[in-house]
Amino acid sequence: MIGAPLDSLIVRRTGSLLVPLVQIFALYVLFFGQYGPGGGFVAGVMISASLILGLLVFGGNGLSAKRAKSLLLGDGVGLLLFVAVGGLCLIGGGQFLNYSEAPIPGLQDASRRYAGILLTQIGVALDVAVAAVSIVFSLSRSTEGGTSDA
Amino acid sequence: MTYSFELPLLVLLILTAGGAIIVKDLISAVLLLGSYSFFLALIWAWLGAADVAFVEAVVGAGLATVFFLLTLFRTAPADTRIRRPRPPVVAVFALPLLGLLLLYAANDLPGFGDPASPASIHVSPHYLENSLADTKTPNVVNSVLMDYRALDTLIETVVVFTSGVACWLLLRRDPE
Repeated sequence: MIGAPLDSLIVRRTGSLLVPLVQIFALYVLFFGQYGPGGGFVAGVMISASLILGLLVFGGNGLSAKRAKSLLLGDGVGLLLFVAVGGLCLIGGGQFLNYSEAPIPGLQDASRRYAGILLTQIGVALDVAVAAVSIVFSLSRSTEGGTSDA
Repeated sequence: MTYSFELPLLVLLILTAGGAIIVKDLISAVLLLGSYSFFLALIWAWLGAADVAFVEAVVGAGLATVFFLLTLFRTAPADTRIRRPRPPVVAVFALPLLGLLLLYAANDLPGFGDPASPASIHVSPHYLENSLADTKTPNVVNSVLMDYRALDTLIETVVVFTSGVACWLLLRRDPE
């Protein structure tokens, strides 16, 4: 499934246009999620979708494949970020995941909650993106015929 | 409320869902499921649930289709056509009856957007009124997901992480 790049010029051109566009839109969704529809989950899925598109179009040695493989190193980092924000609230003397107690200097109650929401959203996005890319690698590994270069 | 948009979308939804069940070729079924998700996303958006529509479009129509296709390419032999046994006679009679029963029960549901329905008088008003002051987040969906109900979201994140790790453990067979 993930092997050589596709032959079709149209597919490759469309892919090279779409992949960065989807990634930028994913970042927009992630950081605009507090003002409009979207958020961490969708942003993570979109980042992984762009990488998967690049994987399918440009094959196992393309730039997207390298990005996706290095993204796999972040397995669990998103979850850790989420839990770390919760633990930060504990250190600040509050309840777990009650962001208003997180010791972030220079910010007051509501702004701390805003920052907490943003950080946990980044965590969720990372976690979802890594999980989706990891599942795609797991599903497509055996058809590579054992010539994995990871 | 007029139904000029809902009705064609619902008909398309039912057509694609039925097509995904009836069609013989598994790849066609997967693609029909993707279009089903897309129509469902349009219905969510029309009902005003923009976040749900977003997730449905991205996950249902995008990611799930890719997962299904990869699974098909990995598991299926060259012929992905399937044979289905005929449905049992009981199902032919019982399922429409069940549908009628559900429609009858749906009469008692509160109307769409009813401000006096139980769902909108319990905690929703508190979230809607205080979200901006509490969290500076105009999108109430996000402030509920990430702040008021952050523990639920944390557990969901754990579930996603676990699914990724489980797929890795089950499916990766490195030849060494």
